[in-house]
Amino acid sequence: MEKILVGIKRVIDYNVRVRVKPDGSGVVTDGVKMSINPFDEIALEEALRIRERGEASEIIVVSIGSDAAQQQLRTALAMGADRAILVKEDDAMSPLSLARTFMRLIEKESPELIIMGKQAIDDDNGQTGQMLAALWGRPQATSASKLELGQGKATVTREVDAGLEIIEVDLPAVITVDLRLNEPRYVKLPDIMKAKRKPLDITSLEELGVTRSGGITPVSIAAPQERSKGVMVEDVDGLVQALKSKGMF
Amino acid sequence: MSRILIIAEHDGETLNPSTAKCVTCAAGLGNAEIDVVVFAADGKALCEQAAALKGVVRVLRADRPENKQPLAAVLAPQVAALAADYTHVLGPSSTFGKDLMPRVAALLQTNQVSDIMQVLGSHEFRRPIYAGNAILTVKVADDSKVVATVRIASFQAAEGGGAAAVESVSPDCDIPTHSRYVRLETQASDRPDLQTAARVVSGGRALGSAEKFKLIYDFADSIGASVGASRAAVDAGYVPNDMQVGQTGKIIAPDLYFAFGISGAIQHLTGIKDAGTIVAVNKDAEAPIFEVADIGLVGDLFEVIPELQKKLAS
Repeated sequence: MEKILVGIKRVIDYNVRVRVKPDGSGVVTDGVKMSINPFDEIALEEALRIRERGEASEIIVVSIGSDAAQQQLRTALAMGADRAILVKEDDAMSPLSLARTFMRLIEKESPELIIMGKQAIDDDNGQTGQMLAALWGRPQATSASKLELGQGKATVTREVDAGLEIIEVDLPAVITVDLRLNEPRYVKLPDIMKAKRKPLDITSLEELGVTRSGGITPVSIAAPQERSKGVMVEDVDGLVQALKSKGMF
Repeated sequence: MSRILIIAEHDGETLNPSTAKCVTCAAGLGNAEIDVVVFAADGKALCEQAAALKGVVRVLRADRPENKQPLAAVLAPQVAALAADYTHVLGPSSTFGKDLMPRVAALLQTNQVSDIMQVLGSHEFRRPIYAGNAILTVKVADDSKVVATVRIASFQAAEGGGAAAVESVSPDCDIPTHSRYVRLETQASDRPDLQTAARVVSGGRALGSAEKFKLIYDFADSIGASVGASRAAVDAGYVPNDMQVGQTGKIIAPDLYFAFGISGAIQHLTGIKDAGTIVAVNKDAEAPIFEVADIGLVGDLFEVIPELQKKLAS
């Protein structure tokens, strides 16, 4: 195939312990390390492997967000993507608005495959890929842990509650990926230098003609309820006694 | 008044308990009329199970050969066609619902509320973000249809004993042929289902091998528990992926949870924070699992488990 489009979101790094602001307006982001959403990194790695096997010729990474997301796009280019598109938008976007934006890019670029993370680890919505597939009228394969390409179709193994579900979809299609699909490569220093010369185009919702979709408003953010501190027991007898005193046995 | 449509989850024979939990969530919306739709090739028995859930007014039986397996691309247009008559469309936040519901929402040109953990009003909900490290309250516009997934660990199952009417429906829409179900690979097990079990015993990387995980299975069987595992144990290949407990695996809320040799990464803790009693056994006294455990024991699981099993049996 000619093109694969990969969605990249800039999120708080997964190693950061997220703290809620005392006024409930959001979470602390000042001075916090930002990274590519880990699921999106896996999506990109898969696209790169497909290209390296000779089954695709161009990988385009797309991020929709603030100017700062250029940093994550540069990392994606250093990993091996061929070019990047930033749809510059400072306000938070709903998944449906994101899907509509991807749809405009699909009309421009005509990719055969869109790969993205099954969810972003900040808002945990897990909607954009499926919404995009719906708007596009094309197949979706979510939570992929294995992806095999055939002639005009893909066989995808999905991680589902009951085990592994295998489905076959015609291309073009939207694939969202799970953790066990692959292990993303590390970026090497020379690749970071090389990535600086790769094209990164900047566009906007207005330029693409995207109609925003709202309808759901955030009211407040709170810290979760902490579990109360438990007891430490010395030995198995203590454990048995503690269980019995709670009426468990 | 709210008119609610719940998409039933099932394996072709048995209704998944997630459906009964969605009914409880829907009942919490207040002044609600609750319908359940069953998509299947032959949904007769499934519809009877759904009709028995207390609080359900009507069960819609949507039989067609294409509905034999739960393909989102096949089901979504049917749900969207039925949605016109409803103010709310709910599905479980299982892999089934997570796959299907956003596709439904987009066909309806509306956004979706993911993972409802608490209902504050007909259009106001709480949901976890940042892997449960923060709780977001959201408001859906009053004139907007609510499409949502329900976090099943947050709701009790609706009781049985109801007698809803069952009626056949055939939603008017095109069914795509671009997506095909091939097969499901699953591990047959006599143990209780991980997501609904009252007791769960989980093992971590400290088990050291797939063979040694037998210790966990044996203990679980001796107390009638289901078996789970940490992501580390799954990634190490000790157990299959469907046993993973945590934010990226299954989110569970058993009455009693045993964590053996699990350090307690945030993503694992997120999956068990609604458990009734958490018991942790770990060699490392500094393991984060002890911060959330109700009962903690610093010790070697290879010595603790056999002794515990013996003493609980006597």
